[in-house]
This record gives sequence, structure tokens and C-alpha cells, in this order.
Amino acid sequence: MKIKSQKDFCSGLMFLVVGLAFAWGATEYGFGSSEQPGPGYLPFGLGLLLALLGGMVLFKALSIESEGGDRIGKMAWRPLLWVVLAIVAFGLLLPRLGLVLTVPLLVVMVAWAGEEFRWREAVLNAVVLTAASWAIFIWGLKLAMPVWPSFAGG
Amino acid sequence: MDWLNNLALGFSTALTSQNLLYAFVGTLLGILIGVLPGLGPVATIAMLLPYLHSMDATPALIMLAGVYYGAQYGGSTMAILINTPGESSSAVTTLDGQQMARQGRAGAALAAAGLGSFFAGCVGTVIIATFAVPLTKLASQFDAAEYFSLMVLGLIGAVVLASGSLIKAIAMIVLGLLLGQVNRDLISGAARFSFDIPQLSGGISFVVIAMGIFGLGEIIAKLGQPAEKRDVSTRDLKGLWPTRQDFKEAWPSVLRGTGLGSLLGVLPGGGALLASFASYSLEKKLIRQPRVAFGKGAIQGVAGPESANNAGAQTRFIPMLTLGIPPNAVTALMVGAMTLKGIQPGPQVMNSSPALFWGLIASMWVGHLMLVVLHLPLMGIWVRLLGVPYRFVFPAVVVFCCIGAYTLGNEGLDVYMVAFFALVGYVLHKLGCEPAPLLLGFIFGPLMEENLRHALQTSQGDWSTFVTRPLSAGLLVAAALLVIAAMLPTIRARREAIFGEES
Repeated sequence: MKIKSQKDFCSGLMFLVVGLAFAWGATEYGFGSSEQPGPGYLPFGLGLLLALLGGMVLFKALSIESEGGDRIGKMAWRPLLWVVLAIVAFGLLLPRLGLVLTVPLLVVMVAWAGEEFRWREAVLNAVVLTAASWAIFIWGLKLAMPVWPSFAGG
Repeated sequence: MDWLNNLALGFSTALTSQNLLYAFVGTLLGILIGVLPGLGPVATIAMLLPYLHSMDATPALIMLAGVYYGAQYGGSTMAILINTPGESSSAVTTLDGQQMARQGRAGAALAAAGLGSFFAGCVGTVIIATFAVPLTKLASQFDAAEYFSLMVLGLIGAVVLASGSLIKAIAMIVLGLLLGQVNRDLISGAARFSFDIPQLSGGISFVVIAMGIFGLGEIIAKLGQPAEKRDVSTRDLKGLWPTRQDFKEAWPSVLRGTGLGSLLGVLPGGGALLASFASYSLEKKLIRQPRVAFGKGAIQGVAGPESANNAGAQTRFIPMLTLGIPPNAVTALMVGAMTLKGIQPGPQVMNSSPALFWGLIASMWVGHLMLVVLHLPLMGIWVRLLGVPYRFVFPAVVVFCCIGAYTLGNEGLDVYMVAFFALVGYVLHKLGCEPAPLLLGFIFGPLMEENLRHALQTSQGDWSTFVTRPLSAGLLVAAALLVIAAMLPTIRARREAIFGEES
């Protein structure tokens, strides 16, 4: 068997797996009857439906010729890892380091994710965005969140 | 006359200083993101959602609607001044708009687009006001079974007209519905798919999904591609006002475009996109001997599609406002915002919160007026913003999303979820899976489940209730016909032709 569309093959597989996982997970909850549907009734049905649709996409990917194999292409690992990492770091550090340290860190980290990284620009951007976040969110919208690092008594 | 009373209520709501301010902020933000690179209305509205919680429902929705049509204006500016349409619906505008700009007539093109859009927006607003009452009356006769079938039709309709593979789009809806199942079961109170994380038993916030997939996933995808080259052809604009002849040539196209757009806009999915394409080909067919050839800078080729586009963007609100069925991602986010504010979307909104309903409609007209006032005279500023590199824009988006996510629960968990959905968004992008249907499915999920259960309870567990009740059966048949139609070879080829051009 030959994969004729890489994109469809992978998405079909994804739908199939996720659908089955939901359906399997739903068996833990009461199924009920169609008259009194339990909490597992709908997720089970929907999971199977998704798996079925995934199977159809998969079948198509193996049977119908597509232009150039419809390749997924290179993954953009650098932006992917750095952006995701930067967001996680933000969630982790904001309660401890406060807005004034976490935002600049976030800005520099995501700027690093792009191809055209320049230190001067990133630092400038960090300063501007930190000031703007403080002005908009703390001063303007009065959102409750740590501003200063906890060790600085904030 | 009821109609007048309703509009009077609407205007008295929309014209309070607070609501005017929010309409202003929304439209300004809309133009801004329309001209800045790599930001669309969907990402922007997703980004704004967490900050709405301190606002009332009416100003919040007025602001979001402002972002939406402001972005349309900004998008057409980009289409004319640089050869990249800011929004897929203004793709047609690039054809003649760019040519006009090259010939030093950017001002006339921008004015034609702006004034045409204003006219179309006004007509669209009147149409909404006219059809809202009868449609709502019809929908209030619906029972749970009809509602369920209507939602099926709405979901199917939204993907039939969207781009890409139909099966994949339907699978994305189902995936969205399943993600909506991560919650506490309404009847038994059992937490489903919560992995013993207590916060998850309250359900995944749709704000998190929208921000992760539409805001951040898209940023990762963009960063993975070579940087977009922006060639701003016209730095200084002279002669903004169109000539008398321009007016004479443009206004019939504006009228036709408005009519066509209002009709096609009601269709779910790619209605507005379809409208601008259809208007362009109509203009080309009707005007046999244009003074300036189409594709070489004909003002009709800008005025028609732009009016159609905006009329369509306006009438798109009809299914959302009257039935609670959002036809595209932007209106889906607005429906989501309504639920965040504790308003159950659906036909009852008009009666339960008339000030919100009519105020929103009136604010659309006010917003369009503001756009004409803001957009054209300040063109110099917008042109300068066109050149801002993407590397200055995306960190700001990330900061807004992260702080917004944190404020949802004042803890890290929502931020981690956003990171997770950013990853999901990027993977979906790589696999060629359109994310908008997922969002629609997610927002519809709980409502659909409720109606399904209710319908099954009244019919004592008999599934045939959906096909034996005539209204419900009719809606389901319509949905089935749509799917079959989309699979027919001729229509399929057309779909690909229309959506192929944008990619």
C-alpha cells in the first residue's frame, strides 16, 4: 500500500485515534438508554463517528492520487518549540516573578523563535510591551495579577 | 410601526457615550489589525475575549462587531495599497485596486471601496432590522428536535461552503463537539474526561481554544514560512476624492454589489467570499465596454466586490442574531462571547435583551459611519503602519494572549492549555485541517447535547422523532442535500476554483 496523500493520511490517523480514545474513555461513564441518555451516551457515539470519518479520510489518502503526494513538509521546530516553551514559562513564572520580569522574558523568548532575531530590537520590543502591558492591564483595566517579583515583596 | 420603535431603541442604546466609545475602540482596533501584517479578526477577537469579563454584554458585543467590520475596511486598504489581501474576501479587490494604485489613483480606489462599503453596510443594517422579527418568530416555534436539526444544518452549511476537504471539515466539527464533551454532565453531574484535574471538570474554556489555535498556532505557522515581503507601492496619497466620472461609473456597481452581497451573505461559510467573487464576475459581464478594462484598474472592479463583501459581512449577522447559529468563525466567537456574558444565544435574545439586540444592530450603522470618518482622512497613518514588520507584531499578540489566559482563572493552568492548543493549532495547520469548523462544533456542542437529550426524552427514546416531525425533517433533508451537492463533480470543481485562488 502506498500513501498517496501524506497530509490526509496523518489527519485520518489522528481522527481515528482521537475518536477511538474518546469512545473508549466514554465507556467509563454511564451509558444510559436513548430515553434517558447517560453521560457516556453522546461522547461514545461521537467518538465512533469521528473514528469512522477518520477511516474515510485514511481510505481516501491511500486510494486517491493527489498532486505531489500532498506532503506535510518540514516542521518549523524552532518557532514551535520556542513559542510553546515561552508560553509555558510565562504561566510558571508569572506568579513568582511578576509582570515586570515575566513579560520581557516572554517577549525575548518568542522573538527568538523567529528567523530574524536581533537583540536590540527584541530588548526594545520587550521594554515597550512591558510598559504597555502595565499601562493597559494594571493601570487601565486594574486586573489583579502579580506585578513585582515575590522576593521584592510584591 | 414596530420596526421604527425597535430601531429607536437600538439607536438610543448605541448612542450612549459608553457604547459609542466601545464602537470607536472596536473599529479603530479593527482597522489597525486589518493593516498590520499577520493579524486577522478571528485572532484579535479571540485575544480580546478574556478582557471582556469586566464589561457589560452590550458594549462588549458592540466592540467585537466593530473589530470585525473595521478589519474588513483595513483588509481592503491592504488589498489596494500592497498586493496582499488582508482578508481572503478582499482578494478580488487586489485585481483592479492594485492597478489603480500603480497608476497613482490609489485615493480614488480607497474612496470607492470605503464609500461603497459604507453604503453596503447601511443597507445591510436595514436588512437585518427588517428580517430579524419574522425570522425570530419562526424560530420561536421550534422545539428541541427542530433546534437540533437546525444546528446540524448550520454546521453542515458552514463547512460545505468552506475551503478544503469536506470529510475533513466534518471530522473537525465532530472533534470540536467531542472537545465540548469535556465537562460536567448536566444531568448526572459526572465529570467527563477531566483526568482528575478539577478545573477541567468545568469544561475547557473556548477562549483558551480560540486563542491557542487561531492566535498562537497561526503565529507558529507564519514563523515557519519565509517572511512576507511587503511592497508598499504608494507612500504618499494625492487626490483622495474620486472624480465626478469615478462616481458616475462606480455607483451602479455599488448598488449591484450590495444587492448580491446581501443575498449571498446569509449563506453560511464562505458567503462573503463568494459574494465578492460573484460581484466581480457580474460586473465584468454587465459592463461590456468599460472605460478602463477590468484588471487594468477599473473602478467598478473595486466598488462592486467591496460593496458585496461588506453587505455580506453585515447580513451574516442575521442567522447568528435571530437563530443563534453562527455561520463563520467570527460570529461563532461572538456567540461564545454572549455565552460568557450569560446570554443564551438563540431567538429569545430579541425578547429577553432587546436593548442588546437592537443596540448591536444600530451600532453597526454607527460603526460604519465612524469607519468612513476614521479610515479615509487618516489614511496617511494607516499607510505608514502597513510597513511594520511582522517581527514587531507577533510578540505583542503572544503577550496579550498569555496575560489574557492567566486572568481567566488567575493561575497557570489556562496558560498551559493555551500552549497545548497552540501546538494543536500548528499540527492542524500542517495537516491541512481548517480549524474554524472545530470552533463551531465546540461552541455548538453543549447546546446540541441539551437539545438532543430533550428531544429524545419527549419522544421516549425514539430517534425517528427527528425525521417524523416535518420541520425537523425538512432541515435535515436540507443538510443532506448540501452534502450531496458539495460532492457533485461540477460543484466540487467550482468550489476548488473559487477557493483555489486564495491559497
